[in-house]
Amino acid sequence: MKKVMMGNHALSFGARLARSQVIAAYPITPQTQVVELLSEMCADGSLDAKFIKVESEHSAMAACIGASVAGARTFTATSAQGLALMHEMLHWASGGRHPVVMGNINRSMAPGWSIWTDQNDSLSERDTGWMQYYCASNQEVVDTVIQAFKVSEALMIPAMVILDAFALSHTYEVVDVPDQALVDAYLPPFKPVIRLTPDDPRAFGGLTGSEHYMELRYRLQKDMEKAPALIEETGREYEKTFGRNLGLVDPYRCDDAEFIFVTSGTAGYTARVAVDELREGGVKAGNLRMKVFRPFPFARVREVLGKAKRAAVVDRNCSYGAHGIFYQEVKSALYGEAGMPPVFGYIAGLGGRDITVDSFKEVAAHALAKDRADEEIVWIGVKI
Amino acid sequence: MSTETKKPKKMTLTIPADEAMACGHLACQGCGATLAMRYMLKALGQRTALCIPACCWAVIDGPYPYSALDVPIYHCAFETAASTATGVKAGLEMVGDKETTVVAWAGDGGTFDIGLQALSGAAERDEDIIYVCYDNEAYMNTGIQRSSATPYGAWTTTTPVKHFKNRPKKDIVAIMAAHRIPYIATASVSHPEDFVKKMKKAKGIKGTRFFHVFAPCPTGWKSRPEDSIKLARMAVQNAYFPLFEIEGGETYTINLKLKDKKPIDDYIRIQGRFRHLKGEQIASVQAEVDARWERLLKLAG
Repeated sequence: MKKVMMGNHALSFGARLARSQVIAAYPITPQTQVVELLSEMCADGSLDAKFIKVESEHSAMAACIGASVAGARTFTATSAQGLALMHEMLHWASGGRHPVVMGNINRSMAPGWSIWTDQNDSLSERDTGWMQYYCASNQEVVDTVIQAFKVSEALMIPAMVILDAFALSHTYEVVDVPDQALVDAYLPPFKPVIRLTPDDPRAFGGLTGSEHYMELRYRLQKDMEKAPALIEETGREYEKTFGRNLGLVDPYRCDDAEFIFVTSGTAGYTARVAVDELREGGVKAGNLRMKVFRPFPFARVREVLGKAKRAAVVDRNCSYGAHGIFYQEVKSALYGEAGMPPVFGYIAGLGGRDITVDSFKEVAAHALAKDRADEEIVWIGVKI
Repeated sequence: MSTETKKPKKMTLTIPADEAMACGHLACQGCGATLAMRYMLKALGQRTALCIPACCWAVIDGPYPYSALDVPIYHCAFETAASTATGVKAGLEMVGDKETTVVAWAGDGGTFDIGLQALSGAAERDEDIIYVCYDNEAYMNTGIQRSSATPYGAWTTTTPVKHFKNRPKKDIVAIMAAHRIPYIATASVSHPEDFVKKMKKAKGIKGTRFFHVFAPCPTGWKSRPEDSIKLARMAVQNAYFPLFEIEGGETYTINLKLKDKKPIDDYIRIQGRFRHLKGEQIASVQAEVDARWERLLKLAG
């Protein structure tokens, strides 16, 4: 069934199709419609779930963790300040191996107060042990929530499904809503091997000495290393049923490309237009949209960029005192590999400033004029 | 010698014999919090799930992979006892377990201070959980730092004798009463029959139930381990920690009426944490205890 819906509602539909059993959430602009629609769905019975209307995001994640360890499929959504407030509990969810799935609307961190998009909120949570999927369309949001539960529950690792504030959260698009029976076949009920129950009384997360702690984290990393293959496998399985592949990366005209943009989120679709126009002008351009950031898709990034002569990473974020974060990670992925292209780093679109086709053309003009990246950050559109 | 024998007076044991706590725990000698757990589990039984944040009990049940308890425990973040328990209850119900009693079990720091927001949220929503605060009147697990449950006059490592705590203990029970939750009770390890009776009563009530349990701490109070029960009993008898219930946030019942309310002096004198207090300071503690008792008597009608 096709429906026109906003990105936020795509998260709600994804959560409903996945048959989330417990939702605990707190409102924050620009996430509010996610929880409003889920409240409606719980109230009208179209979703058989308990919605806990908590008093903070910190409590939202704590409640999700409690529900998850009790054996329920658990969903929440937040943004920016709310995500930052959850920070402690993000470590708790991954360290405790609770496969919560959360929508995060990329919003810039205050101060100054901003409700508009950039990625510093979610990328600040890079090292919390959560998988991170960056979406570029409302269709991808619905599909990814369903896939994320499947992958997370198989590995017992939580996941964030991330979309740009307003550029996607409030943009209406046609979404092919998957059939519930098909989703049920794709995503069976959550049945964890161990859960919190008096039938099998265990202590979860107790004091863990240096004899055991490291092994717990080793296992988390080893399971995270299984995620890229599992995301691709479940993505292909999804394609068989629903006709849409959900991969780690989304390359566009990269096969013969000499110059490749590396992008994420909605900017990844704008970049496609720039690629087409650059090609009309004789530049063999391509775009590598990073769908999954954690686990980092090392092999796919090397495979795609290894064929190019130049790569230009456009970051909607900054690691202050270092560089754009995708830029750092892409460089790190290519370092020491034979035949890799020089990587140029650009920062654009902070605080919701538009990243336009012209922004990408400016990036291309800069990168194509140079043989090597002599600056770590080139700022696009700064008015200073 | 008369053949007539007097019928012996029979004492009925009201405390269940079942144990859900084993002896191999890590508590200090004379720990009130440990007894409190034992009595609570006797009252609630094995179909109980605990959420324990950072507090002494985060350690007492034993390090991974051990547990001294025969009930499941989720060790949660410091400020999340109430919110985690809320999630556990919701999760258990969604997987078909409507029977298990879910308990948030936190110390005074995790309740009066860092966990107050989550507790208030859960109480306002009337989540179907029992929240137990075992109150040893300071951050004991981190080494005796003052909390907002620390009483006036007490020494702690962050309120040294020269700057002892000069503000009264926060009235957590009044805060919880203001939430109009169905059931609130105070309890003490010196009065296990009363504790178990009220905990059993709470088990049968739906909604948020709050227990404030007095839990002496010889390590932090600089008292003798063998005096823990004595101190707890004194605190009940001198009205420092009276035993009462509040139903619906309105109806107060004093469980142990004090015909002969004892002065505070003896209680103060056997605790090293109050050693520096002078006569007039002890008198001001007495005045505060008296005022609170009078207020409670009025509330209980």
